[in-house]
Amino acid sequence: MIEKVFKGNSRYWMWLAILSAFVGVGAICYIRQYLFGLGLTGMGRDLSWGLYISQFTFLVGVAAGGLMLVLPYYIHNYKVFGRLTILGEFLAIAAIVMCLMFIMADIGQPLRGLNMMLHPTPNSMLFWDMVVLLGYLGLNVICSWVILTAERKQVKPPRWVYFFVYLSIPFAVSIHTVTAMLYCGLPGRHFWLSAITAPRFLASAFAAGPALIVIACLVMKRVANFDAGKEAISKLTTIIMYAALINAFFVVLEFFVGYYSNIPGHKHSLEYLFFGLEHHGVVYNNLVPFMWSSVILCFGGLGLFGYMKIRKVSTDLMVGIGCAMIFIALWLDKGLGFVLGGLVVNPLDEIVEYYPTANEIGIALGIWATGLLLVTLLYKIAVDVEHEVEA
Amino acid sequence: MYNKRTIIPGLAIFVVFVTFPLWFNAFSTASPTPKPELPPGGEKQCVAPASEMRASHMQLLNEWRDEVLRDGDRQLVTVDGKQYGRGLQLACMQCHTSKEKFCDSCHEYASVKPYCWDCHLSPEEEALKKETL
Amino acid sequence: MDKQRRKFLKIAGATALAGISAPAVVKLTSSSAMASSGHGAAVTEDAHKAVSHGAEEVPTTVRFGMVVDMRKFYGKPELLDKAIDACRKVHNIPQIDNKKSEIKWIWKAPFENVFPEHSGYHSSNIKEDNDFLVLCNHCDEPPCVRVCPTKATFRLPNGIVAMDFHRCIGCRFCMMGCPYGARSFNWENPRPYIKEYNPDFPTRMRGVVEKCNFCGERIALGKEPACLEAVKGSGAIFFGDLNDPESEIRKVLEQENTIQRKPSLGTKPSVFYIV
Repeated sequence: MIEKVFKGNSRYWMWLAILSAFVGVGAICYIRQYLFGLGLTGMGRDLSWGLYISQFTFLVGVAAGGLMLVLPYYIHNYKVFGRLTILGEFLAIAAIVMCLMFIMADIGQPLRGLNMMLHPTPNSMLFWDMVVLLGYLGLNVICSWVILTAERKQVKPPRWVYFFVYLSIPFAVSIHTVTAMLYCGLPGRHFWLSAITAPRFLASAFAAGPALIVIACLVMKRVANFDAGKEAISKLTTIIMYAALINAFFVVLEFFVGYYSNIPGHKHSLEYLFFGLEHHGVVYNNLVPFMWSSVILCFGGLGLFGYMKIRKVSTDLMVGIGCAMIFIALWLDKGLGFVLGGLVVNPLDEIVEYYPTANEIGIALGIWATGLLLVTLLYKIAVDVEHEVEA
Repeated sequence: MYNKRTIIPGLAIFVVFVTFPLWFNAFSTASPTPKPELPPGGEKQCVAPASEMRASHMQLLNEWRDEVLRDGDRQLVTVDGKQYGRGLQLACMQCHTSKEKFCDSCHEYASVKPYCWDCHLSPEEEALKKETL
Repeated sequence: MDKQRRKFLKIAGATALAGISAPAVVKLTSSSAMASSGHGAAVTEDAHKAVSHGAEEVPTTVRFGMVVDMRKFYGKPELLDKAIDACRKVHNIPQIDNKKSEIKWIWKAPFENVFPEHSGYHSSNIKEDNDFLVLCNHCDEPPCVRVCPTKATFRLPNGIVAMDFHRCIGCRFCMMGCPYGARSFNWENPRPYIKEYNPDFPTRMRGVVEKCNFCGERIALGKEPACLEAVKGSGAIFFGDLNDPESEIRKVLEQENTIQRKPSLGTKPSVFYIV
């Protein structure tokens, strides 16, 4: 099936070329960082996790989001998603590859990465995160490839593969739960020390992942003659709506706990993210515009979807805009705010703001481009197999 | 056999080409067998016989590292009445006073790049920034 | 042919998977896997539980601790600097004058930063005017050890929370876990920033985390921690076994009113302050 990626029209090759350019720039930036050290990033002693880890956290969510397609189709036998589950699985593969690349970009001694396996440490959540991420990657590779091969040959998938399909469902939940546990089990990090972190992560994941899939479907409808079907898209937007609403609800709960309890540690990060944190006469507020953009985009997207459902109108453009708004809102919320907001007050009650460097952004863009490239190639295979079967 | 004239010379060229590294080394003086410098202070005794050290000094260093660092066991080793600290800087480099003439001579020949010296101070490096107490 | 290839791929894949996971399985199931980090801690943990239940069991292990008598430092910032400089020299700590990349094992900071849980509202002038000594607390329940994915940081049987720089992969999770900000990361090669070398101690390489080691290498030789030795005459720092009722440090703890940093987090710090 791999041969499908070598045949395409000029637009396809142009798109690949653009992505490859970003990958190339990212690779050069990474070589610079590899040779000099992580000092080339904006991270420092007081703010020692930054863009890489926050992207990792967000992308784990994108990977877990595929669950919203697999679960209805395989457990509830919701046939409408039949053509989409493969897209969810392929997106999960690309997202986890991006996650692993962000981790490798973030560690100080990448050549020693295998120490995680040579010296397994069950008391570390990072160890378990590695286990579930690699497990989920493997499961998705097996399930997607076997099922797509069967579809191409127009035979039923072998029965054993369903074991892995069902196994992948708890794995999808576990990857984001364990990723949340990286944060929510640390003493002295008040913003993260919240039992609602894992459910909040899952809620935003179940909105962000499907939103990206809907956008990909709309693009492929125009450029690759692939129609997911109106009912499937409509059902997905419903799922996205509810998941985004639950995420917003959880954020409001965080506000309640912080402001009603009036415990400074619980308030500081929210204050910094949304209103600016004043300390010794200086106001720290570099993320405030981003967070309010997130709020406006989230409720704007929800409003748009609500309008469409009530008025029973739906155009591809409206769906696309709504999904993009919610995806960007969740990226700002989790891909920036959560990690950076939690770190702004250091353990010695000093305040340090974070600004990523150009080199760091170059690497991050390069990894995103690699992921998009992988998604493009995998979706090319999936769509071409569909066409082949239809023909 | 068909094409005898081309196949046999072809085979000969191939064999010569494949074995090139072997006979090139036999005649060339470009990479002579390394001769690591023996301790300039004239010490004859090491913590283990020379053959054993040559073969497995890396395992010994790893063992020492784990015992000293991870088990907190910093007891000195006594070999033939002489005491040694367990460590690169504490034992080895006390007698082998030159990293370049001792360690590097073989490591470069074998093209291995141990990361010891990223942290541990070679006598040469130490001399660059001597303590001025 | 096709079937055979498939069979081969299946077997090869399964073998590769088994090969990759074998070391992990072996390590996890062997009892010695935890010896380096967990065993020592487990013993003292049991001892703690016993004490809290009122049983008359005395901990049999050593647990090194420190008391910093800040009263001796008040008005004498040069004494603080003496202790800090001694540590810098002994441990080849680079002097990076840049808040982003600096490396700190022991340093000084205002009271409100060192003890953010204690009120600074209308506090005494002494607290306002003086800096306090900050270092790794060598916790009895260290969160950094709990989160490290490679056992590169671990608790020694004598209570010291130590680092194995050979194993650290530089993920900086320990810096997230430490609620005291005691850990520093080498954002670049530290050597150009080291003024003079102590030949008896290594430097570090870029990409690993480092912190105070309670002078484990000096204690093993029967010496005292370098910071204590530097301020020896003043009696400002006490060091010893917290589990030994006869030790000098226990006598100090019995007689003086001491505080710890953020005790509510349950880390059980081994560094005490008299303020």
